Amino acid sequence: MTISFGNPDRPNSYIGKTVPRPNAPRLVQGRGKYVDDIVLPRMAHVAFVRSPHAHATIGAIDTAGAKEVKGVLRIFTGAEIAEVCTPWVGVLAHLKGLKSPPQHALAVDRACWVGEPVVAVVATSRAAAEEAAALVDVDYDPLPVVTDMMSALDADTPVLHADMGDNLAFRRLHEEGDVDGVMATAHKVVSARFKTARHTGVTLEPRSILADWNPAEQQLTTWNATQAPHMIQTVLATHLGLPEGRVRVICDDVGGSYGIKVHVYPDEVATAAISKIMERPVKFVADRLESFSTDIHARDHEIEAKIAVDAEGRILAIDVDDWTAIGAYSVYPRTSAIEGNQVVNLCGGPYDFANYRAQTTVVFQNKTPTCQYRAVGHPIAVAVTEGLVDLAAAELGMDPVEIRRRNMYADDVYPVTSPAKMKFEGLSHHASLNKLLELMDYDGLRAEQAALRGKGIHRGIGIASFIELTNPSPFMYGIGGARISAQDGCTVRMDPDGSLVALSGVTEQGQGTEAMLSQIVAEGVGVSPDRVRVITGDTQVTPYGGGTWASRGAGIGGEAALQSARALRGAILEVAGAMLQSPAEALDIRDGQVVDAASGEVRMPLEELGRIVYFRGDTLPKGVPRELVQTRHFITSDYPFAFTNGVQASYLEVDTETGIVTLLKHWCVEDCGRIINPQLVDEQIRGGIVQGLGGALFEEIHYDAEGQLLNGSMADYLVPMAAEMPDMVVGHVETPTMESELGAKGAGEAGTAGAPAAVMNAINDALRPLGGQVTAMPFTPERILRALGRITD
Amino acid sequence: MKALAGGYAQARDLRHALDLLGQADGMGRVLAGGQSLIAAMNMRLTSGDLLVDISRIAELRGVALDGGWLRIGALTRHAEIGRDALIARHAPLLTRAVGHIAHSAIRNRGTIGGSLAHADPAAEFPACVLALEAVLHLDGPDGRRDVAAEDFFLGVFETAIEEGEILTGISVPVAQDGERHVLREAARRSGDYALAGLCLLRRTAGHRLAAFGVGPCPILARGAMEKLDHGDIDGAVAALSGEIDPPGDTQASAAYRRHLAGVLLRRALSDLEGEQS
Ligand SMILES: Cc1cc2nc3c(=O)[nH]c(=O)nc-3n(C[C@H](O)[C@H](O)[C@H](O)COP(=O)(O)OP(=O)(O)OC[C@H]3O[C@@H](n4cnc5c(N)ncnc54)[C@H](O)[C@@H]3O)c2cc1C
Repeated sequence: MTISFGNPDRPNSYIGKTVPRPNAPRLVQGRGKYVDDIVLPRMAHVAFVRSPHAHATIGAIDTAGAKEVKGVLRIFTGAEIAEVCTPWVGVLAHLKGLKSPPQHALAVDRACWVGEPVVAVVATSRAAAEEAAALVDVDYDPLPVVTDMMSALDADTPVLHADMGDNLAFRRLHEEGDVDGVMATAHKVVSARFKTARHTGVTLEPRSILADWNPAEQQLTTWNATQAPHMIQTVLATHLGLPEGRVRVICDDVGGSYGIKVHVYPDEVATAAISKIMERPVKFVADRLESFSTDIHARDHEIEAKIAVDAEGRILAIDVDDWTAIGAYSVYPRTSAIEGNQVVNLCGGPYDFANYRAQTTVVFQNKTPTCQYRAVGHPIAVAVTEGLVDLAAAELGMDPVEIRRRNMYADDVYPVTSPAKMKFEGLSHHASLNKLLELMDYDGLRAEQAALRGKGIHRGIGIASFIELTNPSPFMYGIGGARISAQDGCTVRMDPDGSLVALSGVTEQGQGTEAMLSQIVAEGVGVSPDRVRVITGDTQVTPYGGGTWASRGAGIGGEAALQSARALRGAILEVAGAMLQSPAEALDIRDGQVVDAASGEVRMPLEELGRIVYFRGDTLPKGVPRELVQTRHFITSDYPFAFTNGVQASYLEVDTETGIVTLLKHWCVEDCGRIINPQLVDEQIRGGIVQGLGGALFEEIHYDAEGQLLNGSMADYLVPMAAEMPDMVVGHVETPTMESELGAKGAGEAGTAGAPAAVMNAINDALRPLGGQVTAMPFTPERILRALGRITD
Repeated sequence: MKALAGGYAQARDLRHALDLLGQADGMGRVLAGGQSLIAAMNMRLTSGDLLVDISRIAELRGVALDGGWLRIGALTRHAEIGRDALIARHAPLLTRAVGHIAHSAIRNRGTIGGSLAHADPAAEFPACVLALEAVLHLDGPDGRRDVAAEDFFLGVFETAIEEGEILTGISVPVAQDGERHVLREAARRSGDYALAGLCLLRRTAGHRLAAFGVGPCPILARGAMEKLDHGDIDGAVAALSGEIDPPGDTQASAAYRRHLAGVLLRRALSDLEGEQS
């Protein structure tokens, strides 16, 4: 029996409805349990002495003064940690040529960025550990630094890792068709240089780990704020020399992740190693200043790009030369080449064109490592693509909507393969654009814009179409040799009272995974969502899975939940059939009761079935299966990724005297396939847009030429805040994926993918009559005034 | 990071507070609203302070009219200033400033005395009191003294408050009939410290113009004031540009801030006209 998703009046119709989040009261009442809330007997705290230099050899380490501080238990250098913890190398086999040197939990001999952990101080309190850390005297000998991206490969730039030969971490060139030939003869060729700033994710809850090695059990238990418990289990086992089965990773509440918490961090691994050495629980919770210098950064790209169009505005060719600097190491185990690789994969994504060339050049430098952050590579690729398309439209005197209409893949051509060799199963660019134009009253806004222009008010409208990669298969990491699972599992169990427990390998980061799973399980079995308890984030309890990243929770974890729920439903009906002497097919489960499928007449509540199965199994015929626990796993197999699509629009006003941009309104129409919980999807889109707007207008990590981080605090690194955010209107088109019964694709990154490009295009739309153009994010008031020539010195 | 205080004591009254400071051997530090001090301690920009908490001293709080002066206690919170009727009537510049200072949570705790004593170059109140020709009242081991706002701000986070002294309050001359006050600033986000800001007063005697965020401390732009008195707006903008010394940082360059100050001055003037009509 399949679910008739099209029928809103079907029984147990929880999929597609906004239902209350089961964990919301706990979180808003302050009853959540984050790593920092957990206190264990004999627990110690660790603080790290971090390199104040971007590049330096580490000489003598004097800990005498630090040891005097009351409460200090032990102090570890890199060499001491290296005795129990092997170094790692952040490469993947399918990213050909990617190289990175071995990285230690604590720097050994050489520190390569400001903030790299060098010495660990363990004490009875974090305050004592910090106080002592300030007294550790490390004899650094500064080395030449590499900070500039574009000159990193120049002959006279020092080589950061001598063993690597040069500063090139990775380069990939993709070519399709005859780009040079087409560019040479095209009606118009437009080029631009784009920049996206270095960002970080700024999670509300900082990175945290509590590690507890129990020598009696020979087991390491860690409580982590992580997106991928099973991946962390593997990593800790591998590098601490433990059997995987003797590492248990527990992930309770997590206060936001955005990709920041899906990586392996040296200080966290060091904490686990220290617990193993000291045979007691050790806690590390990053503070905000540490977060800025040690959480992964992202998005630091410079791109030279060209587009060729014919006289009718048809895209003939796109040529992209992307550069990114990833800091001193490729981050383990997902690597820091993925972002550049995504830029190559995603540029030109919505458009049906033939000639495409894209190269990404990934270099080392003495800064905080960069890695995957929400919408990996998408905001960059979308800004480049949509920026070019708008420039081409302006060059042709064509409306930005019209040029998109002429180039977007028609809604009925799927399946189709893009010039970047991405396979699209089914997208809805035109339907989405049409819906967007209707929601925003495009023509009305254009009229308003023109009228205000006459009064010296400069408003702009910016459109950005995008594709988004979700539901990844093993093609993302697994084929490269990483033990990162693309499949996921769910176990659903019925207890004697007829309530359900669902154990899932995907995780809750605050985004509502548990709500999504509870409604799928509720519908799949036939109970109300409040009868479902969801357990995630425990490697010894849940089925093996990948966790939460690349917008896979609903599409992969949700399908596993649906299949296990359907299996449990079948198992329940089998028992019910035996008890009621009715064929199982003639029965159904609705709202927690076994009913007659045809008439809906109640035959037996689930608690009665539970009572019989668990306490009076003697009354059932011998041999009737009573398997009220069912597990199913799901993996995609037809497509490497489930692409989604969408389109965003920004309406804003530029104060041409101060350069300040006021966001007036923002629209997004996206297609994430089957929507499980409309409110959660809308809020994912909104939250994602906010992060994208942050990138467009505010966020930028600054370093000086010596590699010193200049704005590592919330006062200086500007995150988007409520007062500056516009109203957001979110609309949907639903094109379910056929890979699963559920049909869900991901929705978590779409907002972030498209928002910066929409804002850029809107600003340039406002500036165009004044003769200015901005392509370097964030679009600060100063950059806008400089683009207008209002300040020149 | 964890703050490291050298000690904490709550003062019962002003005398007690001064005694506690006197006994602190140079390590004493007044704690008022804590909205700047605690943040600095949490970043270990300062540590080992012996905190003397003055926040419960009732005599240091509140607003009163005293002849031609408005007397404002040092512990009067930003939020209280923002809704005080006497201030709205007699020193509307301060009322206006509150809307630009941080966010509600901070305005509910931060005090005007703390803001003035902290003397952030981009803070609003220091520039306001400079523009208003306020007098700051200090009490210390050697007794009371009054300091004119013009002599109070010495540099970045630096004031005329001496070791062991407490700022007890300020006196602001009440606005005369027809006097106009405007405050203009620009910040990257609402509630952020200003990239640049101006307090502009029009009195029968002439204009008063104080700039903030564009120098080590608030700047009284005398040259610009004189040009304004002569109705020379372009001259005032040019003069202001020469009188300020804006910093460049990760938010904006000095050149941008200088440009911004000129834009703000023109806008402040048109606000004044708007007020008058
Ligand atoms: C996020 C954030 C944003 C902010 N934005 C702004 C802004 O836009 N504009 C702005 O003006 N301010 C801003 N502030 C600062 C805020 O206004 C503070 O409240 C103010 O600067 C200090 O006042 P306080 O009472 O909190 O003083 P405290 O933090 O208690 O003290 C600050 C300093 O002044 C000294 N001090 C305090 N009172 C006295 C006294 N009576 N006599 C002698 N010394 C004293 C203390 O010893 C300390 O050195 C912001 C603060 C935060 C946290």
